[in-house]
Amino acid sequence: MKPKGVTRVFVQTLAVLLAIAYLIPVYMTIVTSLKSPEEINLMTAWRLPSKLNWAGYSVAFRQFAPYLKNSFILAVCATLLSAVMGSLNGYVLCKYKLPGGRAIMPLIVFGMFIPYQSILVPLFQFMQKTKLYGGLPGLILVHVVYGLPITTLLFRSFYQEIPDELFGAAGIDGADFFGIFKYVIIPLSGPPFLVVCIWQFTQIWNEFLFAVTLTRPDAQPITVALANLAGGQAVSWNLPMAGSILAALPTVLIYILLGRYFVRGLLAGALKG
Amino acid sequence: MIILPSIALLAIFVYGFIGQTLKVSLTDWGREAALALHPEISYVGLKNYHELFTGFLNMRFRQDLANMFFFTLAFVGLSLFVGLVLATLIDQLVWGETFFRTVFLYPMSLSLVVTGTVWRWLLQPRGGINVLPTLVGLPAGEFLWLSSREQSLVFDWSHILYYICIIVLVVMAFMAYGHHRRGERQQFRTKAVISAILMGILVIGVAGGITLLDYPEEHGFNKAIWGVVMAAVWQMSGYTMALYLAGLRTISDELREAARVDGAGKFQIYRYVDLPLLKPITVSAVVILGHIALKIFDLIFAMAGPDHVPTSVPAITMFLKTFRGNELAVGSSIGIILLILVSLLIIPYLANSFKTGEQ
Repeated sequence: MKPKGVTRVFVQTLAVLLAIAYLIPVYMTIVTSLKSPEEINLMTAWRLPSKLNWAGYSVAFRQFAPYLKNSFILAVCATLLSAVMGSLNGYVLCKYKLPGGRAIMPLIVFGMFIPYQSILVPLFQFMQKTKLYGGLPGLILVHVVYGLPITTLLFRSFYQEIPDELFGAAGIDGADFFGIFKYVIIPLSGPPFLVVCIWQFTQIWNEFLFAVTLTRPDAQPITVALANLAGGQAVSWNLPMAGSILAALPTVLIYILLGRYFVRGLLAGALKG
Repeated sequence: MIILPSIALLAIFVYGFIGQTLKVSLTDWGREAALALHPEISYVGLKNYHELFTGFLNMRFRQDLANMFFFTLAFVGLSLFVGLVLATLIDQLVWGETFFRTVFLYPMSLSLVVTGTVWRWLLQPRGGINVLPTLVGLPAGEFLWLSSREQSLVFDWSHILYYICIIVLVVMAFMAYGHHRRGERQQFRTKAVISAILMGILVIGVAGGITLLDYPEEHGFNKAIWGVVMAAVWQMSGYTMALYLAGLRTISDELREAARVDGAGKFQIYRYVDLPLLKPITVSAVVILGHIALKIFDLIFAMAGPDHVPTSVPAITMFLKTFRGNELAVGSSIGIILLILVSLLIIPYLANSFKTGEQ
């Protein structure tokens, strides 16, 4: 039941106006990032730059390169580890009956909703005692552990859709636990794996609380570096704007290229219980 | 078995650490003791909580709670509304659906730190959004988005328990009415009894002049919060849009057709067929957005900085107390308070979705 005539024009126009409103921050960010510091002025902030000035980007990139590298290492390692573990968990929790099985899932999933402030003090002490505090390996461990609830949940709901007959057939053919996992689960896991990895990568890349409390300056991810830069008073605005674009680029690219999978993760996280 | 490591990790890192935080929150660990190698820590019961809710020095924490409360209300309400409008709009589009969906949803892929940094620039009092009207010849906006010191909806903290009582009472009465209408007598009776007890407490409290503090202490809705609300809605309304759109797509056309045969107009179909069927989605969205709002930290940190009091929330104060002030016990107490608030929202939701989902 699509609208016709005047309503149709109205609906279409409204959509265009709203889209412009949603894109305004991008316009402002790009315009400001390309101006020279002298040209950045509150009253003329909306105007296009009179001359393109890429200095903001080169300075921001030079300054941010080590933090971008940290974020890449962190996000890639933590994503892969939590996805592999989540896949195994999801498989077991979906196809095997465990003692206390009904209570396990809600108890696991609760872990993804807790405010991390409620575990931060013991976590901080644990990290210091184990000498993991401050470095990337510690932060990776933290992201893997607190990523387990969502990856387990997502994989479990994907595997629930695999018909039981498939496992039965594999079992008759003499496949054991790992055989089934290898020959049945893994070949079917392509799209779910992509959904989970995209979700985890985005989450971990964008995360801030653990990053700011558990790392020393040399291991900080990009979000902390950006917050520090923008929080300083003396910087001219082209720098944080260029930095924002650098920090946002990986996840935005993933979203634009693989948006379908991104949305699937988004919806599955909310609707599945 | 193979999942034991995961289970063990979660048991320790989630439940073990929550227990540890609870334990620390009941001690006086902080200041000098935080730095000592073998600190002297003693058990002080609920003193930290008592101080946070009534102590003169912790006025900021109570305004934080008010900020968090009003932020959550405004953010969740607006996100639901905007998301529903966007979803309805996209559902009606003739062309460009994918494009518009992509545009409305892209902020979701950004870090809240990026959003905060960009909006910090957009909400400069003498620039950004405020000078936007001058481009078409209108006077510039005057609103101090993040730095306003004005408050509305001012209330007296010493009466806070009454307000909570009244809110719970209204919710209970509303639910009781629903049970009554659907003829669920047992549930109706339970809710009615709870309502009566709350009413009793309220009357005794007001009549007896019992207050939390000896002096009035005013808190309210800091207008500076509106800037944070705006950025947060910009970021998250695409999410509610995606949820609602998925919901709208599952409503069968036959159902709408049947309503039309019965003589329902377009608006009536929307009102009486579509909206009621979207209700479960609204519940999920309220829970998900609500728990995000209660925990909000990165966005405010990046937009206004942790030291900016008008936009502060408990999560920010927890960070400052723990990592700048070394007051580990107080920080833990705030963490536990946040956990309780989030649990009030999440536990019924989880219990419900796993109960219905498993059958």
